[in-house]
Amino acid sequence: MRDCVGCRVLGAGSMSEAAVTVEDVSVLYGRTTAIERVHAVFEQGSLTAVAGPNGSGKSTLLKSIAGILKPSSGRIKVNTGLRMAYLPQSSEVAKDFPITVLQAVCAGFWRVTGEGGAITRDMRHRARAALAEVGLAGLEKRQIGTLSGGQFQRMLFARTVIEDAQIILLDEPFAAVDGETTARLIRIIMDWHAQGRTVICVLHDLMLIHKYFPESVVLAGQCIGRGHTHDMFRQKLLSFDLDMASLHTERDVADAHARGDHTHCNHDGHSHDHI
Amino acid sequence: MTIYELLAAPFVDYSFMRRALAACIILAISGAPLGVFLNLRRMALLGDAMSHAILPGVALAFTIWGLAVWPMTLAALAMGIAVACVAVVLTRVTQLREDGSFTLIYLLCLATGMIMISRAGSGVDVLHILFGNILGIDNAALYLAAIVASVTVVALSQIYRALVIECMDPGFLHATLRGRSFVGQAFFVLVVANLVASFQALGTLMALGLILLPAIATPFWTRSLDKAIALGIGIAALGAYAGLLVSYHASLPAGPAVVMVTGGLCVFSVLAGRYRSVRSHLAQ
Repeated sequence: MRDCVGCRVLGAGSMSEAAVTVEDVSVLYGRTTAIERVHAVFEQGSLTAVAGPNGSGKSTLLKSIAGILKPSSGRIKVNTGLRMAYLPQSSEVAKDFPITVLQAVCAGFWRVTGEGGAITRDMRHRARAALAEVGLAGLEKRQIGTLSGGQFQRMLFARTVIEDAQIILLDEPFAAVDGETTARLIRIIMDWHAQGRTVICVLHDLMLIHKYFPESVVLAGQCIGRGHTHDMFRQKLLSFDLDMASLHTERDVADAHARGDHTHCNHDGHSHDHI
Repeated sequence: MTIYELLAAPFVDYSFMRRALAACIILAISGAPLGVFLNLRRMALLGDAMSHAILPGVALAFTIWGLAVWPMTLAALAMGIAVACVAVVLTRVTQLREDGSFTLIYLLCLATGMIMISRAGSGVDVLHILFGNILGIDNAALYLAAIVASVTVVALSQIYRALVIECMDPGFLHATLRGRSFVGQAFFVLVVANLVASFQALGTLMALGLILLPAIATPFWTRSLDKAIALGIGIAALGAYAGLLVSYHASLPAGPAVVMVTGGLCVFSVLAGRYRSVRSHLAQ
């Protein structure tokens, strides 16, 4: 707890145990440092936004927690016995892969079935229920390549739902989805939070962070702040001002808008996201 | 000419035609499914580079033991794995990207291999190694293909689900297995083994013909992975059968004829297929 601004990321019950502890973690890509000496503690049951400008290492931190990237120094402790689910950025998923929606969702049972185990009738039933929960009932037999961007992201959420994990890692789940889908996905995240699951979510949208995420970690290569979201805003580590030069250059903000990260301004282009 | 003479007689009358057909169908059964995954992983050109890169291994075995199946096969397998390791290391530590490092290595390997073979053998040997010798397939080569195909089918069934998830969403698989996934490596070894088995029939320049061409054709007809795999095997087998017939009746070299007919089926799919073909584009 030595070099970071702000306090520990606190969970719903403030005295609860840590679900994930990131201790002094650095990750290198080749010779480039993606994140440097990051500390963060995610309490069980906490709902945390990971924020910061493009290239600040948000996805890298999430991938390290997920076990995909190995830290070059430091260590990450995951409370033993807790299952973890990871939802990558949808741009990292092959959208035209020739399988059906139901098959894609059933991949979430991998931890149970392994390579050879059968997908039982009960599992298929649960997968259908999860699809209904995200608003995709009736699309089970569709090929995933025929889904819109918003529907695709909902399908990935359905897969995360059936993983039934205590720790859930989400990488920019609201990128390239419309307002209606965002609202539905937020509701699912709130349900997870209410069920006491630990949720760590990378996102850009400050409105959403401000409104829904009690805790925040702010990255810019290093961890520059972590704690209660309202403290992050008070300390101007997160801010709605465009001239917040130290963190968000105007170019970053423009990039984020161009990529449709801000759900309140992307009604163009994704209006086909109805069922 | 009767239909029997046109379609069946060459295989009934000549054992070398039967062997060639058997070898091609065996290669189709194991190679076409691998090709479907290679194509989905956008590794088609990497596979092609790989088929040339194994040449120095083949050439070394040829220099020592002559045109013997097993030494050439094992040397090619070792060479393929070595080349992949070198390419991966080059990509990680230098600024070379994957395609660049594979291109560098395969051109270098092709040139080195050709020099080694032309010093040790005759012009006919060079032709066999470049274009294969499908009509001269002996028992050893046929057994090799059968063993490779059997191992491939069993192994593929064991890693199938992981392979599907890895192709679609590698981050998800690696997170679920906490980074301990060897499915990519296992798949790669299977591809190299099939290349090597195919090498005897179609040579280093066309070894991927029956593996990749059917895979490129299938998305034009089906959007289901299972059907794509079955269809890929069918297209490869049909291409081999028709290609051998064409080569017999028109006195053309057999290996290129097989690849040409399979490629023709592929072109037909691009032109007239159900999904996103030239025909469906014009119909819009």
